[in-house]
Amino acid sequence: MEPVLLANIHRSDSHTLSGYESTGGYNAYRKVLAEMSPDDLKDLVKESGLRGRGGAGFPTGLKWTFLPKNHPGPIYFCLNADESEPGTFNNRILMEEDPHQVLEGLALSCYATGAETAYFYIRYEYPLCYKRLTQALEEMYAKGLLGKNILGSGFNLDIYLHRGAAAYICGEETGLIESLEGKRAWPRIKPPFPAIEGAFRKPTVVNNVETAACVPHIVNRGVAWFRSMGVQPDPNNPRDPGSFGPKLYCLSGHIEKPGCYEAPLGITVNELIQEYGGGMLDGRRPKAAIPGGISMGLLTADEFDCPLDFSGPGRYGCLGLGTAAVVVMDETVSMVDYLHNSARFFAHESCGQCTPCREGTSWSLKMLDRIQAGRGRLIDLDLLLEIGDTIGIIPGTTICGLADGAAWPLKNAIRKFRGEFEDFIKQTNPDGYAETSPVPALHEIHGH
Amino acid sequence: MSTGDRILTDEMIAEIKEFFPRYPSRQAVTLPALHIVNEKLRHVPLQAVVEIAQLLDLAPAEVQDTLSFYGMFPQDKPHGRTRAWVCRSISCALRGGDELLEHMCDEAGIEPGQTTPDGSLTLEFAECLGACEHAPCILANEELHKSVTKEEATKLLGTFK
Repeated sequence: MEPVLLANIHRSDSHTLSGYESTGGYNAYRKVLAEMSPDDLKDLVKESGLRGRGGAGFPTGLKWTFLPKNHPGPIYFCLNADESEPGTFNNRILMEEDPHQVLEGLALSCYATGAETAYFYIRYEYPLCYKRLTQALEEMYAKGLLGKNILGSGFNLDIYLHRGAAAYICGEETGLIESLEGKRAWPRIKPPFPAIEGAFRKPTVVNNVETAACVPHIVNRGVAWFRSMGVQPDPNNPRDPGSFGPKLYCLSGHIEKPGCYEAPLGITVNELIQEYGGGMLDGRRPKAAIPGGISMGLLTADEFDCPLDFSGPGRYGCLGLGTAAVVVMDETVSMVDYLHNSARFFAHESCGQCTPCREGTSWSLKMLDRIQAGRGRLIDLDLLLEIGDTIGIIPGTTICGLADGAAWPLKNAIRKFRGEFEDFIKQTNPDGYAETSPVPALHEIHGH
Repeated sequence: MSTGDRILTDEMIAEIKEFFPRYPSRQAVTLPALHIVNEKLRHVPLQAVVEIAQLLDLAPAEVQDTLSFYGMFPQDKPHGRTRAWVCRSISCALRGGDELLEHMCDEAGIEPGQTTPDGSLTLEFAECLGACEHAPCILANEELHKSVTKEEATKLLGTFK
């Protein structure tokens, strides 16, 4: 397909205002401010079927309509640029290479929702993005695209960059809000939802970077164009609103050409690997793939016909499309190592607020530590599955979805590759893998 | 509440105060203030926490509560002049991220999270640097090093003075 979101990233000046404007940048912003009301724009985005690109896939226009009508304000807009899901880097590419596209989308989103202050919450680990966005914002103010009475429209908008401090949970929308307010990023119990009571206890919209970047294109090219790409709603599933528009896929792992690729929603894992990624690294055979960031679970090589739309991975026993970050593993990868890596991540990043998540993630890591150290028992696999089923139930037993994200790799890896785990345990612990053997204390295990 | 001489310089205080108009609450300036102090002092000692709290009309415990949640702000002693994060997330791990971290720790003679005795380098693991297409990668201060081999890592270590 013709790239849309990545159309200009090959240009050396794609990160500058002049470079952006030379390709039609800010035309949508100018048009909207001159010709459309905020409600017109809100309706346009709603009709387009744009779904949030941050992981949950919630319809963006619908989210905007949750704001209270005729609220005296202020209404805040938070742009979630805290992408930290392993495998995911699409927002980084957009912010580094085409920051004005993101900022135009953010400004339009603020206009539609009536927000006059936007906080661009950016993860600390992206210093180049921070630098380029700082420059881009200066250019926007200098050109009168931000500030008071923008382009004579009466619309006021200030955008502030706010740097995170290295915590995955800040990508969860209420964790982000708490962090923005200067507190530890503990997600809030909902309701109230941010649209009613968000940042600084005012109505707030939180959207993802890629979601915002889609908005100018919907204005420029129209709803029909946007809906012409992707996957229609599933007639057998009344809860499936379809998956429309272009999507950025992050491809990494054992791939010849890892990278960020733009494709319509619904492309299969196989197509992504072969047509965009240049095939498997060194021609080795694939073993598994993560369909959309580490929290989504696992597809076996037999399941690579899975379509990457918002419903596809769910039909293959995964949590969902998530961030559309596909991590491919070849046949040399040990699933024990993969699952240990995943468990280590979630145990480290759990905010610790909810007991099932805090204890479940750390216990699964301790068990995988022990299995990896050659002291596993077959019963451990059922215990791990029990942890997975206990901490990751939707609707959850925890305030946010981190526990669900931690559960899916556990459930998928053990259910889909159980034989490999059993073989590993029997080989590394031949005398002690029987289910009745006592569990050694961690300090008794060499290296722990 | 203050003990001993003031740690925050006039320059730091002015820089922190520049953030006040951006937010409807002073508490929201906590992370920017911690970053400002950490960038200048390479750590945020307790005395700085007390002084930040005074600036933001907060109890020191509130600032400390926030600080201790994030991995960015060492408190006991300054991090190295170079602070390097080696990514160990799944994409980097598949291409040798764990081994790279181990190699660099061996070469530098420190464990993850520690600083070399000469204060030139702090090595840490990162859960994900968001540069998975360049796995394995290292972020050293503001610079991202892409697809790093062990040999390149050894050379890189030599540049951290």
